[in-house]
Amino acid sequence: MGLFNFKMPEHFIIMNNPLIIGAWISIILVSVGIVFFVTKYKKWGYLWREWFTTVDHKKIGVMYILAALLMLFRGGFDAILMRTQLALPDLKVLDAQHYNEIFTTHGTVMILFMAMPFIIGLMNVAVPLQIGARDVAFPVLNAASFWLFFVGAMIFNISFVVGGSPDAGWTNYVPLAGSDLTPGVGINYYLWGLQIAGIGTLATGVNFFVTILKMRAPGMTLLRMPMFTWSTLITSIIIIFAFPVLTVTLAMLTFDRLFGAHFFTIDAGGMPMMWANLFWIWGHPEVYIVILPAFGIFSDVISTFARKRLFGYNAMVISMVAISGLSFIVWVHHFFTMGNGPWINSVFSITTMAIAIPTGVKVFNWLFTMYKGRIETPAPMLWSLAFIPNFLIGGVTGVMLASAPADYQYHNSYFLVSHFHYVLIGGTVFGCLAGMYYWWPKIFDFKINERISKWAFWLFVVGFNLCFVPMYLVGLQGMPRRVYTYGEHMGWTTWNFVETIGAYLMGVGFMLIVWAIIYSILHEKRDRSGDPWNGRTLEWAISSPPPHYNFSRMPSRVTSADPFWDAKKRGETMFDENEPLKPIHMPNNDGMPIVLSGFMFIAGFGFVFEWLLIGFIGLLGVIGSMIWRSFKDYDADHYVQVDEIERDQAELKAALEGRS
Amino acid sequence: MASSSVPKGTPNFPEYQTEEGRLKIFGFWVFLAAEVVLFSTLFATYLVLADRTAGGPTGKELFEVKDFMIETMLLLTSSFTCGLAVLEMRKGNKKGVFIWMIATLAMGLGFLGMEISEFVAYVHEGATLQTSAFLSGFFVLVGTHGAHVTLGVVWISLVLTQVAKRGLTPMTCRKLFIGGLYWHFLDVVWIFIFTAVYLTGLI
Repeated sequence: MGLFNFKMPEHFIIMNNPLIIGAWISIILVSVGIVFFVTKYKKWGYLWREWFTTVDHKKIGVMYILAALLMLFRGGFDAILMRTQLALPDLKVLDAQHYNEIFTTHGTVMILFMAMPFIIGLMNVAVPLQIGARDVAFPVLNAASFWLFFVGAMIFNISFVVGGSPDAGWTNYVPLAGSDLTPGVGINYYLWGLQIAGIGTLATGVNFFVTILKMRAPGMTLLRMPMFTWSTLITSIIIIFAFPVLTVTLAMLTFDRLFGAHFFTIDAGGMPMMWANLFWIWGHPEVYIVILPAFGIFSDVISTFARKRLFGYNAMVISMVAISGLSFIVWVHHFFTMGNGPWINSVFSITTMAIAIPTGVKVFNWLFTMYKGRIETPAPMLWSLAFIPNFLIGGVTGVMLASAPADYQYHNSYFLVSHFHYVLIGGTVFGCLAGMYYWWPKIFDFKINERISKWAFWLFVVGFNLCFVPMYLVGLQGMPRRVYTYGEHMGWTTWNFVETIGAYLMGVGFMLIVWAIIYSILHEKRDRSGDPWNGRTLEWAISSPPPHYNFSRMPSRVTSADPFWDAKKRGETMFDENEPLKPIHMPNNDGMPIVLSGFMFIAGFGFVFEWLLIGFIGLLGVIGSMIWRSFKDYDADHYVQVDEIERDQAELKAALEGRS
Repeated sequence: MASSSVPKGTPNFPEYQTEEGRLKIFGFWVFLAAEVVLFSTLFATYLVLADRTAGGPTGKELFEVKDFMIETMLLLTSSFTCGLAVLEMRKGNKKGVFIWMIATLAMGLGFLGMEISEFVAYVHEGATLQTSAFLSGFFVLVGTHGAHVTLGVVWISLVLTQVAKRGLTPMTCRKLFIGGLYWHFLDVVWIFIFTAVYLTGLI
C-alpha cells in the first residue's frame, strides 16, 4: 500500500451480465442525450447560474426531491428484480452474488439516497417559508450539503458498472465486510458513498437547527411553529448527535480495509461486535430521522384537510422529544440474538416498547384532529389517511419484535423485513409523497393531477399490502431474509408469488406518479395566488412560486399556531401593507459547493480503488475550495432593491388578474 | 450585545455585531457539539480496545511521561495565549492579536512536532496501526486530534492574513473568534486524551 499504487482491480469495467450491459447502454445513452440537448438549446449557462450555483433553499429542495425520485426508481428497480427472482422456487433470474449485491444496494439506496434526500428536500422547500425566513442560516453550506449528498449517491451508484457493487447488506456487518472475507472495491464504495453523503447531512442538521432557532419571524414563538418545522428541529438535533458516530464508524472500517488497522478484525484484538453496536447507535436514531419529519408532514396535512386546529399540539411536541430521546437508547434490539445476556436484552426490550407510548399518543392526536372535521381527500390527505392503519401494523409488529425472547423466533426472518417496510413505506414514503403533493403547488404554480394521482395511490397502497402482508406470514413460517432462492418443498411458493404481484403493482403505482407529474407540467391549470389548499400556516400566505427572497415584507401578525388561517378568519393578510418596502439582504450564488463536491468525488473515487495519490489530491482540492471561499466571502451578498420587489409584485398582480 | 457605537479602545464584542456574525458563532457552537460526539465515539472505541494489545507493546511500555507532559503544557499554554489574542481583538489592538496568535500557533506547531516525533518513535519500536486493536484505537484517536490541530494552525494562519489585509472588522473578528473557539475545544479534547489515554495507560 504505497502512495503511488495504481493497481487496477480484477474487474474494473463490469460487463459480465446482460442487466449490467443494459445499464451501461442506458447510462451512456442518457448522458450523451443530456449533453446533446443541453448544448443544442444552449442551456449550460442557465443550468450553471440558476441551479448548479444556486443557494436558494427552494431550488436546492427541488434538486433534492428530483434526486430522491431518481433514487426511488433505482432502489425500486432493485426491489422488482429481487421479487422477480423470488416469485417462484428455484428461479435463475439472478445468481447468489448478484442477489447479494442487489439487496445491499436496495437497502442503502432507499434509506440513505432516497428517504434522506426526500425528507431534506421537503425541509428545504417548506421550513424557511413556514417560519417566515428569507433563506436558511447558512445558504452556501446548504448548497454544499446537497452537492455532497449528490456526489455520495453518484459514487455509490457507479459501483454497479465500475468495479462492482457492495454485497454485505446495508448494515455491512463485519467480519463479512472486512478485507479478508470481502476484498475488492464494493465495500469501499459503500464506505465512501455514505461518508461523503453523511458529511452533507450533518451540515444540514446544523443548518436547520440554527435556522429554526434564530430566524423565525416576529411573533413566531417556538410553540406557534408548524408541526413540520418542529419535527425538523428535533430531527436536526438527532442528526447532530447521531451522524458523527457514522462518520467515525465508517472511518474506522476504512482504516481496517485500506491501512490494515484492527478495529473490527477477528485477529489482533479487533472486535467485530463493535461494528454492530456503533452502526446501530447511529442506525436507530437514523430511522427516526426519516420518520419524525413524516410525522410532521402528516400533522400539517391532516390539520389542513380536516379544517381543524391540530389536536394536542403540546402533546405532539412532547411525544417527538420523547421519541428522539428514546431513539438513542434502543439500538441493541437490532441484535438481541447476538449474545448480550438477559439483563441487557431486558433493558433494551423495555426502552424499545416504551417508544410505542409517545407514538401511540401521536396516532390518537391525528385521529382526534379528524374527529368532527370537514374532511377533504385530495392526494396529500389520501396518503396521510393510508399512513395511519399501515403504520399501525408496522408499529404493532415492532412491539412484537421488541420482546427479546420472541425475537429469537422473528430475527432475520421475513417477519422483520415486513415490519420495517411497513414503517418505512407506510410512514416515510407515504409521508414524503404526501409532502410532495402538499407543497408541490407552493414550489410551482400548479397541483399534481388528482385523477391520475388517485389511480397511482390505490395501485400503490393495494400493491404494498399485497406485497408485505404475505411477508409476515412466510416469515412466521420460517423464511429467512436475504436468501436468493428457495425450494418448492418449503411451502412458501404461493405467498411469494402474491408478494411479487404486489411489488409489480407498486411499480406501476410509482410510474403513474411520475406520469401524473409529467402530465401536470404539461396540462395542469396554473394558479399563482399561493393558497391552493386553503392552508393554515405561513407558507400559504405568499405567492406560488414565491419570489427568491420569499417575503417582500416580513409577516407581522403571527398570533397562533395557525396564523394564516386565523388571519383569513379576521379578513386580514399576514402582512402590514402600509409598511414601506425595504431593500432585502440576500446571499450571492456560489460555485464553491459544486467545485468542492467535485473534488470530493475525485477523493472518494481514488480511495475506493485505494489509489491514495488521487485520493489525497482530491482532499487537497476540497481544502483548497474552502480556503478559496474563505478569502472571497467578503463579497458574498447583495441587496434586492425596492424597485425590483415592486416589479415582482406588479408582475404577480398582472398574472393574477389575467387569470380571473 | 455591544453596538457599533462603543468607542474604539474599550472592550466590546465586534464578532457579534452583525446578524451574520451571531448566526455563524452560534452555528459553530452547534458544530462543536457534533465534534464532541465524534470524539466521544473515538474515546469509547479506544477505551473498549485499550487492553487488547494482542501481544504487542502496551501503553505503559510506550508512553514517555516527560514527552506527553511537555505536549500538554504546550497546548494548555497556547489556549491561554489564544484567549489573550481574543481579548486584544476586542480592544481593537491588531498588534496584540498578532503577537498572541502567532505565539499560539508556534506552540501549536511545537505540539505537532512533538506528536509526530512521538508517533515516529512508536513506529520504530514496532508499534504501528497494524500491530493491535489497542494501537489502532490509539493512533486514530490521537491522530484525529492531531489532524484537527493541524487544520487549526492552517486555518488561523489564513485568518491572520485576512486580518493583516483588512484589519479588525466585524467579519475578520468573527473569524478570529471562531478560530479561537475551535482552538479551545481542541485543548479540552486533549485534556481527555491526557487523562484517558496517557495517565490511564501508565497504570
